[in-house]
Amino acid sequence: MASIVLKDLVKNYGKVEVLHKVTGQFEDGEFIVIVGPSGCGKSTLLRMVAGLETVSGGEIYIGDKLVNDLEPADRDIAMVFQNYALYPHMSVRENMAYGLKIRKLSKVEINKRVDEAADILEIKDYLDRKPRQLSGGQRQRVAMGRAIVRDPQVFLFDEPLSNLDAKLRVQMRLEIRKLQRRLGVTSIYVTHDQVEAMTLGDRLMVLNGGYVEQFGTPIDLYDRPASVFVAGFIGSPAMNFLKAKTIGGNVELSNGTRLKTNTKLDLDLTLGIRPEHLVADPNGVIELETEMFEQLGATTLVHGRLAGSGEQLVASMPGHVAQEPGSIMKFGANADALHMFDAASGKRLEQ
Amino acid sequence: MLKRVHFQSSILPYLLVAPQIVITLVFFIWPASQAVYQSFLIEDAFGLSTEFVWFENFEYLFGDELYLDSFLRTLFFSAAVAFMSMSFALILAGFADRVVRGATTYRTLLIWPYAVAPVLAGALWVFMFNPTLGIFPYFLGFLGYDWNHYLNGNQAMLLVIMAAAWKQVAYNFLFYLAAMQAIPRSIIEAGAIDGARPLRRFWTLIFPLVSPTTFFLLVINAVYAFFDTFGIIHAVTQGGPANSTTILVYKVFNDGFVGLDLGGSAAQSVILMFLVIVMTFIQFRYIENKVEY
Amino acid sequence: MVENRPILNIVTHLVLILGVAIVALPIWITFVASTHEETRMLQAPLPLLPGGFFVENFKQTFFGSGLSGSQSAPVWRMLLNSLSMALMIAFGKISISLLSAFAIVYFKFPFRMGFFWMIFITLMLPVEVRILPTFEVVADLGLLNSYWGLSVPLIASATATFMFRQVFLTIPDEMLESARIDGAKPMQFFWDILLPLSRTNIAALFVILFIYGWNQYLWPLLITTDTDMTTIVMSIKQMLEAAEQSPQWNIIMMTALLAMLPPVFVVVAMQKLFVKGLTETDK
Repeated sequence: MASIVLKDLVKNYGKVEVLHKVTGQFEDGEFIVIVGPSGCGKSTLLRMVAGLETVSGGEIYIGDKLVNDLEPADRDIAMVFQNYALYPHMSVRENMAYGLKIRKLSKVEINKRVDEAADILEIKDYLDRKPRQLSGGQRQRVAMGRAIVRDPQVFLFDEPLSNLDAKLRVQMRLEIRKLQRRLGVTSIYVTHDQVEAMTLGDRLMVLNGGYVEQFGTPIDLYDRPASVFVAGFIGSPAMNFLKAKTIGGNVELSNGTRLKTNTKLDLDLTLGIRPEHLVADPNGVIELETEMFEQLGATTLVHGRLAGSGEQLVASMPGHVAQEPGSIMKFGANADALHMFDAASGKRLEQ
Repeated sequence: MLKRVHFQSSILPYLLVAPQIVITLVFFIWPASQAVYQSFLIEDAFGLSTEFVWFENFEYLFGDELYLDSFLRTLFFSAAVAFMSMSFALILAGFADRVVRGATTYRTLLIWPYAVAPVLAGALWVFMFNPTLGIFPYFLGFLGYDWNHYLNGNQAMLLVIMAAAWKQVAYNFLFYLAAMQAIPRSIIEAGAIDGARPLRRFWTLIFPLVSPTTFFLLVINAVYAFFDTFGIIHAVTQGGPANSTTILVYKVFNDGFVGLDLGGSAAQSVILMFLVIVMTFIQFRYIENKVEY
Repeated sequence: MVENRPILNIVTHLVLILGVAIVALPIWITFVASTHEETRMLQAPLPLLPGGFFVENFKQTFFGSGLSGSQSAPVWRMLLNSLSMALMIAFGKISISLLSAFAIVYFKFPFRMGFFWMIFITLMLPVEVRILPTFEVVADLGLLNSYWGLSVPLIASATATFMFRQVFLTIPDEMLESARIDGAKPMQFFWDILLPLSRTNIAALFVILFIYGWNQYLWPLLITTDTDMTTIVMSIKQMLEAAEQSPQWNIIMMTALLAMLPPVFVVVAMQKLFVKGLTETDK
């Protein structure tokens, strides 16, 4: 088991810098999820930890060892790939044993480890099959098994669930989490799916355009997003953003509505309110001109525009709500559910 | 071109390419450059002195009626071989494509001449057309036609064309059949619903759709007729009678190994090299523009 | 077939059968000639149906020195020469092409593209256009009349290298990444992953190259003067020359039959691989 330290990590492709001084400390046994939209550099980061990409600047430590120039095989890691990368001409058993064979473990030891891993993953019955004879979920398990038998210090997951159908994805997500808890191996998991990120990670690193936007626990990220980007990325349906400015401790929206706060700030800002934090209230000051009601069963999403301004606004209400589109609904919001961001930089402002 | 991730190694890749590169240098690039160099030299009749003469060998060649004749003859020979063998293959493939069951059986029975060496193909045909004993001259005799390719240059040419085309039918058939089977059935069915009868469908749908293959095969057949038919000529006519079947490859060999005209033979090699480069270029252009169905 | 046209179906089969007959005719006549006595083969018209001397002719051809009175090696020896040459060419081409394709696809090293183009150039230099100087090189190296001289100058191959390059490029990058994480060294990856994954391509190429090697004519003709090194394909031409004085067509045609049998057998028995090999190397 080992902690991982990233220090000012930089990656260039030619003149283009795709990762900018990424820094982070991952504790021993922690499950870290790196999340962000495609092209944000998250896979590159993971592959640098794996040793599949060279490091252009900065340092990576696994345990106390600087691994910048180590071969992947010498970093004591295991990786699960998006397309599983099983060797198609080898049986499941051979696939899992290959890395151990190269490390010259004894036959007895190899068999023992493979059987143990197969037991844990419930793939004992498929050990003699070839990967093409397995279903997607089974292949996924074999890929995990190949990682487990190595008994590494670190697991690396590169979007391992994205080739599975939705139902299987939820199931495998839970299994990966349970497995990681049970083995206690430090893990880094890359995904673009924020739900996967929230449910799996002890801590999340949100990447955007090669920069770390925020690094913290899922609840941190949800409650106190560090930027407009994180706020919009974490949580579903996404947070509403409204143009606003501060006037004497209060916030004034673009349609003139004033919300009470205790802010000492005095500038233009972007106000964020999560749809689930808009509470229907006959006395509420936020007026929503409804356009469409999306019935999800447990909740209803009310889509519409801020009355008198035209800015889009979504509210999430418990239970079934149905009204004529075009009607006006009133909402209120707690002061601590209002997120303030600098209108220019998008950074979070503390009230 | 290259994998995203690659091995880091200083010496291994050089060791890996070494065998191929050494052989290429020793047996390909060095001899080819020698040929180019020699094409600028003239050696006297006794091999005692050589003189550097720039393009004199080439000038001589292009002023030499024998060479120009051979050039035109090669063009005619290639065109005739390609046409005969491709049209025969196209017809057979067109019919084989219609057969539901037994298509592979026909394929098996049609492809094996590919495996027959050109010189053997020549031997078979020269035997069938042997003027005194052969089957065909015997029957042609009944029709009052006198066959003797040892004396009649046109007959000799016809014979080598037939032998060369026969051997190449297999190859053309395979590619045509594969191309036709790659055409989606729905296109043919749409044609049938539009009221086109089978023959019409063949000419208006199938033939245009396999035109990329036709073009590809034209290049391949030209290369084959230019370079791979040496054995046939050597076995059947040895370029005769009176040079009537001396194609370029045969002439290079003959002038170099039999006539010992090193400079002239080398100059011919260089011209052939140039032709191969042109054909290779056309072939690669074809790959780039390959039509997908 | 799109619609049911009984007459057209019959015509289809008739045309195909006729086509097969035309293609097969030369072989049939060869076969017939190899089953008759020498004297019968001197009377026109030559027979169109097989006779009863196949076994005798076979024995005389296979174990004897071909034509009576000739100095050539026995046919079994020629077959052995052809087999050695064909196998050496096929194995040689496949091995060196696999290695160089592996280097070019999986390594980044100075002059990589230079090597690639050097290999590419061989495509434009068929043996026919560089016979004299290549002959001189082989003579200078003392390789005349040897298996090495027969095969090595022919085994550089751009087409095979390109084909393997293509095959390797279709193998997902993750195979390599995963193997590296498993700790495989380059040659381990080559043996354990790359070779097994290219198995069918190798077999398909082998079929094509075996035929290519077996059917070599001009090159062996130039560099072998020793009768012990004669290949079966070459011997036909010598027999044809001899036939002008004393035709022994039964023996010549039996030899021709033996010369074409191995490659034809390979094509027919491994038809699928053969078709795959042809279509892949010429793309």
